Amino acid sequence: MNFSRRETLALGLGAAAMGFMPFRVNAAAEDAIAAFTGGAEVGSGGLTLTAPEIAENGNTVPIAVDAPGAAAILLLATGNPTPGVAEFKFGELAGSQAASTRIRLAGTQDVVAVAKMADGSFVQASSTVKVTIGGCGG
Amino acid sequence: MISRRDFLQVSMAASAIVGASGFGNWGRLAAQQALTQDQLLEFDTFGNVTLIHVTDIHAQLKPIYFREPEINLGVGDARGQIPHITGAEFRKLYGIEDGSPSAYALTYNDFAALGKEYGQVGGLDRVSTVINAIRAARPDALLLDGGDTWHGSYTCYHTQGQDMVNVMNKLAPDAMTFHWEFTLGSDRVHEILADLPFAALGQNIFDQEWDEPSENFESYKLFERGGTLVAVIGQAFPYMPIANPGWMFPEYSFGIRDERMQEMVDEARGEGAELVVVLSHNGFDVDKKMASRVSGIDVILSGHTHDAVPEPVLVGETIIIASGSNGKFVSRVDLDVRDGKMMGFKHKLIPIFSDVIEPDAEMTALIDEQRAPYLDQLTEVIGQLDMEAVLYRRGNFNGSWDDLICDALLSEREADIAMSPGVRWGPSLLPGQEITREDIWNVTSMTYPNAYRTEMTGEFIHVILEDVADNLFNPDPYYQQGGDMVRIGGMGYDIDVTKPQGSRITNLTLLKTGEAIDPAKTYMVAGWASVNEGTEGPPIWDVVESHIRKLGTVSTRPNNSVTVTGA
Repeated sequence: MNFSRRETLALGLGAAAMGFMPFRVNAAAEDAIAAFTGGAEVGSGGLTLTAPEIAENGNTVPIAVDAPGAAAILLLATGNPTPGVAEFKFGELAGSQAASTRIRLAGTQDVVAVAKMADGSFVQASSTVKVTIGGCGG
Repeated sequence: MISRRDFLQVSMAASAIVGASGFGNWGRLAAQQALTQDQLLEFDTFGNVTLIHVTDIHAQLKPIYFREPEINLGVGDARGQIPHITGAEFRKLYGIEDGSPSAYALTYNDFAALGKEYGQVGGLDRVSTVINAIRAARPDALLLDGGDTWHGSYTCYHTQGQDMVNVMNKLAPDAMTFHWEFTLGSDRVHEILADLPFAALGQNIFDQEWDEPSENFESYKLFERGGTLVAVIGQAFPYMPIANPGWMFPEYSFGIRDERMQEMVDEARGEGAELVVVLSHNGFDVDKKMASRVSGIDVILSGHTHDAVPEPVLVGETIIIASGSNGKFVSRVDLDVRDGKMMGFKHKLIPIFSDVIEPDAEMTALIDEQRAPYLDQLTEVIGQLDMEAVLYRRGNFNGSWDDLICDALLSEREADIAMSPGVRWGPSLLPGQEITREDIWNVTSMTYPNAYRTEMTGEFIHVILEDVADNLFNPDPYYQQGGDMVRIGGMGYDIDVTKPQGSRITNLTLLKTGEAIDPAKTYMVAGWASVNEGTEGPPIWDVVESHIRKLGTVSTRPNNSVTVTGA
């Protein structure tokens, strides 16, 4: 049998993604947060970030954010080479301040959301999403 | 001194609940005292609702031997907690005498000697007798199947689960949840669901495309029992597409989804449920965490991690019941539900001693009917176990069955290193037993059995071990998958279970040369159960059968190739 490099990697126990070790936070993520908040202090609460604990497929991970009363929500994959995922802006007439999308994760990392509230304050939520080769569920 | 039983009652009373365990009735019998069916079934019917829990049967229709784990390590908050207590410590905790029937049923020590004395366990005809007896005392008892039912044997594979469906339909559960069932492929699962005469539950079974609850499964079902409304919420195995081949059921997404579990509990309570039961395939530690995060669950019937726990474990006001695997145990839980509240419980983990419990003749006939077309294949003797050896799998690291499978991969596939999945199913064999084709299939049967052979770098092998170790030893149970460590042949390593991912595994050594594994060098690796589509190679059962035929008599050896620290 001949295997391509990709197949060979995949054969181990099955590969969801090529990066397996937890990724360190990319400095660009911190820069992006600073640019979004203008350096203001970031609190917590009032922002719900929904993400799976373990990604079923690192190439398409469902993520949802919900921050009632928010003006904008920044979403970052802190371990990706390019951490910026999306900035959702909500107008005054928006029925809800929630969004969901699917993102690609290069490996196990923290997904971070920062919400700018109507009063100009900022809150943050984060969730660790594990990207694994899996394969041994008993 | 306060006994554990008293302690349980005291702690439950603190939350206005009175509980009792029926475990002590048979657990303290002297070793030589004959056990009777009446003793095993003895139970003073209590309250107004009875739950019967079976789980992780893995298609074991007939009696088998099953050795409980010797190594079952807990990390983080689970360290040293049930179910991560084994052997003498376990017996001490529950007041079990060495050599007693409960020592044989619940711990690994003296397994060969006690197995000869007390005989086989399980057999769904015996399980049927127990269920019938409970139903005689409480006709409207709820029978709940925690899943991993339509997988794990020669006949199950060849009938695509139909043998198990036929037998379980006769047992007549009220509801079921799922894991390995999905490895039959979603088409086959849908085919079975279309005629399933009981509820197929899973609040966390989602449509992959729309990320919404699947229409093919109910989240929960309400049952009126003993004048009270009981909600049974299903929780399927959360990590299906990661631990098993997602390409076999691409329509589905899973996950723990405990926020939705809370919504379902609240919704069921809103509809008048006075008792909320979660039929779970999360695994024990995940269930413990879920019980601490979701409020309003009275009982979690826990499956997946194959733990046999003789007394309920309390988390807040939730009791967690775990009922073993392979048909070895049935749990009975009697509950007193009044005024919208669980006021008390009685529980018994009933071990199915096959020689003690009279088989249900109708069920025996039905089981034999499933097996009849395959009997010649099933019973063919491939080899024999020597008089010193036990074959078993269960435990965090290599069992002797795994060593034999890895040896087969190394020699039949001419590899340097072998990898075998750390699944928790698979019965045991006693010294001197003949090894039949059925026995080999009982530890290898699956729908993705191909034994691959490929080159991997030392670095990649290390990454695999770190990755799998984190799925077992991550201190947060929500990041665990509930399997044991991947079994390795031809290579040794050290593992510190307390370290973070990336630094647990050290000292990888190629056993045949004694040299350290070189990250840059490539090694020939043989393995099976890859979750990737299109994996090539002969099915693992053929590889193992060929190896055993050449050996004739199978012996085992101590395996010291893995050094564990931090336990």
